[in-house]
Amino acid sequence: MSMQSSLDIQARSATTTPSPSVRKSAAVAKLIDESKCIGCKACQVACMEWNDLRDEVGTNVGVYDNPQDLSPNSWTLMRFAEVETAEHNLSWLIRKDGCMHCADPGCLKACPAPGAIVQYSNGIVDFKQENCIGCGNCITGCPFDIPRISKKDNKAYKCTLCSDRVSVGLEPACVKTCPTGAITFGDKEDMVHYAEKRVGELKERGYKAAGMYDPKGVGGTHVMYVLRHADTPEAYSGLPKDPQISTMVSAWKGVFKPLALLGMGLTAALGFFHYVKVGPNEVEEEKEEA
Amino acid sequence: MSRTIPRYTEGERRNHWIVAISFVLAALSGLALFHPSLFWLSNLFGGGPWSRILHPYIGIVMFLFFLVTMVRFWKHNRLEARDRQWLAQWRDAISQDEGRLPESGRYNGGQKIVFWLSVICMFVLLVTGILFWRAQFGELFPIWLIRLAALLHALAATIMIMTIIVHVYAAIWVKGSLRAMVRGDVTAAWAKKHHAAWYREMTR
Repeated sequence: MSMQSSLDIQARSATTTPSPSVRKSAAVAKLIDESKCIGCKACQVACMEWNDLRDEVGTNVGVYDNPQDLSPNSWTLMRFAEVETAEHNLSWLIRKDGCMHCADPGCLKACPAPGAIVQYSNGIVDFKQENCIGCGNCITGCPFDIPRISKKDNKAYKCTLCSDRVSVGLEPACVKTCPTGAITFGDKEDMVHYAEKRVGELKERGYKAAGMYDPKGVGGTHVMYVLRHADTPEAYSGLPKDPQISTMVSAWKGVFKPLALLGMGLTAALGFFHYVKVGPNEVEEEKEEA
Repeated sequence: MSRTIPRYTEGERRNHWIVAISFVLAALSGLALFHPSLFWLSNLFGGGPWSRILHPYIGIVMFLFFLVTMVRFWKHNRLEARDRQWLAQWRDAISQDEGRLPESGRYNGGQKIVFWLSVICMFVLLVTGILFWRAQFGELFPIWLIRLAALLHALAATIMIMTIIVHVYAAIWVKGSLRAMVRGDVTAAWAKKHHAAWYREMTR
């Protein structure tokens, strides 16, 4: 969905040759400091506004999560969890969910449509809906359960990290709107430094398990968290502790793909050269008479 | 005119070719979505989205007609001792040394292997295909199962395609076989040479 120039594409789905990549931009990152989040959902609203999306009005099922889940029209979502982080210590853990923009994106790996998913050199992973065939392999590949297929057009949608805004030097809409400064954006390097500083502060305040969430299993992410309870990320509405592309997906889209083609090609070639060697298997004329 | 022996009825032939045609279409549309270098095959079906839409329906047609073929030929494809011997002597089978092979019934050991591999692959393809047919079944199944299904689907399809390459090649190599599936009969000499036991049974 982006208007970002195509000059700096680092990876492109279902493409075996290099993409336009003469330009190189610095890696960016969005840092979500969960300890500063008040769950106001301004980021959800800003996302809707900037991307001009309106989800259907849902129903109140007695929790703060609204809407209930990510959708083709809701690319980010506050998830609220009531968790007993220590004995008799109930915590209300609020996490802004959405695409993590993995350095090693499972969606891009699983996608069969050339150019339906691209990764820019700044690390943003973007869906190009005009190339999407609607198969849903991106969902199969994603370790965070983020992409959603629209029932209206059978295309997959997710957070773009406002690649259109970022490409012209603006911060993502959610970052701009966050009233507490819980969401910040910049060069990934700077964001890591800032996160480390925040983690230090939180530890001083007694959050011994505070830490940065930049999971190495997916090569690191371009959306990172500062978590007060980084030892149990699952407590934040199921944020995976050690996310990685499933072995099934990497086998299917990795080693198996060339092997299968080789196997089929070899079978056909063996047949052909067998014919060249032994010739047709014919019934001799005399036997035909018998 | 040499004598002929009937091998396939009109219904059997019609059924076989429906399976064959839908197999080719399913294989081409599946390969288009399997490997980037074959994505151009999707043009044969009207583009990527159309390939994605059509592939499962083609697969279901293939499976249903295959079921009919399977039921029809099941009893002819039980693996017997002579078939195992035939398979052990596969080198003779592919080197024109047919005289050294044990007699075959209606089908030889190799043909029976093609039959059973097809049966296994067809069922795996159907079940795994349904598991990740998102347009129909969305998020009905757990993600680990969908991931496993995608891998198994590709594996079964690869084995199926390789099996069919062998099947098609055998029909090209062994002259006089194709007419069995096109015209319905084979020459007596062909039957005697390739399926001696079946020949005796048919001419008793």
